[in-house]
Amino acid sequence: MAEGMKIRATLQGDVADVKSLMNHIMETGLRKDAKTGKLIPAHFINQVVATLNGKTVLEAHWGAAVSKNPFLGFKVKGAKAGDKIAINTVDNNGEKISGETTVA
Amino acid sequence: MNQLRRTFLKNTGAAGTIAVAIAAGLLKPGQVLAAEWNKAAFNATTTDEAMKLVSVAGAAESKDVQIKAPDIAENGAVVPVEITSKIPGTTSIMIFVDKNQNPLVTDFTLSNGAEPYISTRIKMASTSHVRAVIKAGGKAYFATKEVKVTIGGCGG
Repeated sequence: MAEGMKIRATLQGDVADVKSLMNHIMETGLRKDAKTGKLIPAHFINQVVATLNGKTVLEAHWGAAVSKNPFLGFKVKGAKAGDKIAINTVDNNGEKISGETTVA
Repeated sequence: MNQLRRTFLKNTGAAGTIAVAIAAGLLKPGQVLAAEWNKAAFNATTTDEAMKLVSVAGAAESKDVQIKAPDIAENGAVVPVEITSKIPGTTSIMIFVDKNQNPLVTDFTLSNGAEPYISTRIKMASTSHVRAVIKAGGKAYFATKEVKVTIGGCGG
């Protein structure tokens, strides 16, 4: 949780290729604790919003089946060098992780 | 009196700037999605049920929806998946894993120039079909690809 998010956006023509790595445990709620035998409560990012210069380009709802420390790659047409890409996420406990980068 | 007026103006001025920033989309309150997280769909236990709940039941199979995923995944906890749609006007991309306890994995909504392409990594409980469903122009299309999993990634 502490590290947050790594995000990088590279320009290919007029398309920004965005790659991001989020630091999150993505606990499914289906796993059992080996010691106590009790289910470990679900804890996963369930909402993701990506913006280009403040305008929403991608909205996502996620289930717990997205891998631990999620990777997300997407492409945005019409981007220019220097444009700002931001990703904001919220998990099922209301905790937020966000990252921002400049298209290069 | 004058002093008070000045302070008042200053404060309203600052508040005004924030309001403008919000209106311009620079400072979205909370930056949370407009749409609610579809709990019923994510908790559905069969692909058919989940597809109904995200209103893509009866999607047509299409070669223009492409799934790039490994044929064999050694570790079901991390299966890289790339979805590309060649159907014009694609507005959403969803990923389902038929044999997961809850098949719906992700639901992406594209807007403002986002290309119909998503790359992510998902968990798979066992060997299963990965199903990509896209919405374009009010219709739904899908493609599937079987991924063999040697070590499951959910539970256990």
